[in-house]
Amino acid sequence: MSAQEAAAHAPAEHQTSTGLDNVKLAMWAFLGSECLFFGSLISTYLLYRNRVLDGPRPHEIYDIPYTSVSSFVLLMSSVTMVLALAAIQRGDHRGLRIWLLATAMLGTVFIGGQVYEFTAFVEEGLKLSTSTFGSAFFVMTGFHGAHVTVGIFMLLSLVGMSMFGRLSDADGPRKVELIGLYWHFVDIVWIVIFTVVYLIPTN
Amino acid sequence: MATVVAPRRGIFARPTGATGWLSWVTTVDHKRIGIMYCVTAFAFFIIGGLEALLIRAQLAQPNGEVLSAEAYNQFFTMHGITMIFLVVMPMGVGLMNYLIPLMIGARDVAFPRLNAFSYWVFLLGGLFIYSSFFLGGAPDGGWFGYAPLSTQLPGDGMTFYSLGLQILGVASLAGAVNFIITIINMRAPGMTLMRMPVFVWMSLVTTFLLLFAMPVIAVALFQLMFDRVYEANFFRPSAGGDPLLWQHLFWLFGHPEVYIMILPAMGIVSDVLPTFARKPIFGYAAIVFAGIAIGFMGWGVWAHHMFAAGLGPVANSAFALSTMFIAVPTGVKIFNWIGTLWGGAIRITTPFLFAVGFVAMFIIGGLSGVSHSIVPHDQQQTDTYYIVAHFHYVLFGGAIFGLVAGFYYWWPKVFGYLLSEALGKLHFWLMFIGFNLAFAPMHILGLQGMPRRYYTYPDGMGWNFWNLISTLGGFVIALSFVVFIVNVIRSHKKREEAGDDPWDGRTLEWSIPSPPPEYNFARVPVVQARDDWWHKKYVETPEGEPTRVFAGGANGDDAHGSEEDAGHGIHMPDPSYFPLVASFGLPIMGYGVIFQPVLIGVGALILMLGLFGWVLEPSAEEAH
Repeated sequence: MSAQEAAAHAPAEHQTSTGLDNVKLAMWAFLGSECLFFGSLISTYLLYRNRVLDGPRPHEIYDIPYTSVSSFVLLMSSVTMVLALAAIQRGDHRGLRIWLLATAMLGTVFIGGQVYEFTAFVEEGLKLSTSTFGSAFFVMTGFHGAHVTVGIFMLLSLVGMSMFGRLSDADGPRKVELIGLYWHFVDIVWIVIFTVVYLIPTN
Repeated sequence: MATVVAPRRGIFARPTGATGWLSWVTTVDHKRIGIMYCVTAFAFFIIGGLEALLIRAQLAQPNGEVLSAEAYNQFFTMHGITMIFLVVMPMGVGLMNYLIPLMIGARDVAFPRLNAFSYWVFLLGGLFIYSSFFLGGAPDGGWFGYAPLSTQLPGDGMTFYSLGLQILGVASLAGAVNFIITIINMRAPGMTLMRMPVFVWMSLVTTFLLLFAMPVIAVALFQLMFDRVYEANFFRPSAGGDPLLWQHLFWLFGHPEVYIMILPAMGIVSDVLPTFARKPIFGYAAIVFAGIAIGFMGWGVWAHHMFAAGLGPVANSAFALSTMFIAVPTGVKIFNWIGTLWGGAIRITTPFLFAVGFVAMFIIGGLSGVSHSIVPHDQQQTDTYYIVAHFHYVLFGGAIFGLVAGFYYWWPKVFGYLLSEALGKLHFWLMFIGFNLAFAPMHILGLQGMPRRYYTYPDGMGWNFWNLISTLGGFVIALSFVVFIVNVIRSHKKREEAGDDPWDGRTLEWSIPSPPPEYNFARVPVVQARDDWWHKKYVETPEGEPTRVFAGGANGDDAHGSEEDAGHGIHMPDPSYFPLVASFGLPIMGYGVIFQPVLIGVGALILMLGLFGWVLEPSAEEAH
């Protein structure tokens, strides 16, 4: 094998101009884009949170203790995600699957909590069509929930890939780290939403 | 060894053919995708151009009866959407696709399958929007879709608008991520950032603008969709919805979008002019940093589209100032181009003419743009034909002239044969004259108070003469593109071989055969200078004159020496079905939102299965 052929066959991560991994860099770029996405949604909410017409006001309807608990659940899922990455980095695939499933489960609990919260709000008279506050709230938190749901699918896919041995090669930890980046980002967005939307009082 | 490809089995086997239609459908080769982008965009250009001709036919005379008011609204809206999202942007992306890997010495983009996905999503998104003509009427609320008009217009047109642009946004976002990583991470050894061709730099700025602008319009379009389909209140004034929110979100995307369209053309011109002036670009660092400055400042000028919306004197003044400031880096670039031509050994070829035409027309469009930054002036001009004149001078006189310069310049590289210079120059002069006939009179019409977007105007306003001239100009532009098509057909039949380097070019793409082999570079080049290929061909005499170095000479590294037997060990990414499969999910979800909710689930399932196949199919590395 000539040197040229050897270079052509070397794994991509050794060839990049910056030494950084292509896929990881791409995920960072995508998350940068997502910041603007959620930034626009949160800005819309801040503009509209006091425009309630005859519908409920934010502080009349939010159940802060309840949402605090589900926020805590989502935050803990970041811890289990870190443990999943640590597991595969030391070659512990059983540990990887356990922690990935734990992460997915915590995410599912959070989504379940959100579904319950939405249902409760609708029963109390806040719908998408009730007021601009309703529209802004449901669309913003709904898109966050959709992101968490996509994340759960990706975590479960990782579990499946691990069971079929597709994460056993040298590239495995990188794949887990990539999904981890996404998962942590979605968590951070929730920290912002929880603070800005639930904790800051409205008039 | 590597030439013996083991047969791959199973449902995830990858297609392997190199010819035939299937090889195009499954291709992940950046060069083929670039060609598909440009061909598709040109087809949309013809459609958008025909829409423009219908508009001009309607306005040729007072009380025109070519189009009904409803049809006129649909055609001017679709003309705008088509030219912006389906022509100028994808033509720029097509050239980026083809050229960036060649210019930075890479064998492909960072994510070849994602690249194919971008193309298919773009194509299907365009077809999705156009299918609205057959499904109850096209969008008719303007490409800017101002709420609450866009939320209240009957029919599904504006719903198609919100979903169609959303789909196209997915393509743009995927493409942006891909090219950012390609430019940052895939450069050949020695290709430092400040050695990159200006086109690559401008593409990098463009893709960052796309990365951060697309999510903003995505949110606005989702809000519009929720208002129209699911009874949300984002833009319903009776429920407290604020129409200004739409304008802010739209123009926060819309102004960077302007630079997304013009920066690739600026990059093309910055590479064409040095080649034909036989000089390096004047002030390389200045032109690069001016482009970056435009990229940053482009985020701080959006409200100059809203001077008539009543934002108040402080906001208006701030945005007036920022708008005046952004003319500075733009002006720097113009002096760079003039300085490049100054004292050059100029060869007047077709691409050179189009590039110079770009500079001249862009100056006019830029100056009328600066006149909008003066708030009282702008409040007079808003919604008149003066604005229409301005943005056609920058987007047609600017972007389209630049892109056509690029087509003529790189045609021999892409297809291996030269286009006719005689017909090319005829194309240029017809387009140049037709363009100015069509759009210069609109300045006057606008100053005389003729409003935009009205489907007709009465006699006796003093607008008849210039409208007729403008319509005449429109048809001359159409004729110029007939000449272009004839040129392509005749040159294709004649096949005048171009050779590797017909223009005596400066950048890496001219160092490889025309058309380039699938793997681009038999040997990854080692870059030693800006305009590396030029410096491999020429050294400077003590008098400062360039002197040809022959192969094997001082700096010649014998790039072609082993071309025949090279390339066997290079494994390129395999073609794939899954980008196409996954891309079908998006328009199906779109139809689902409009017609039948079940289809949303079907589309999402197709998208998900496509992505699963994508992840699970054997990768090129694993095959060996």
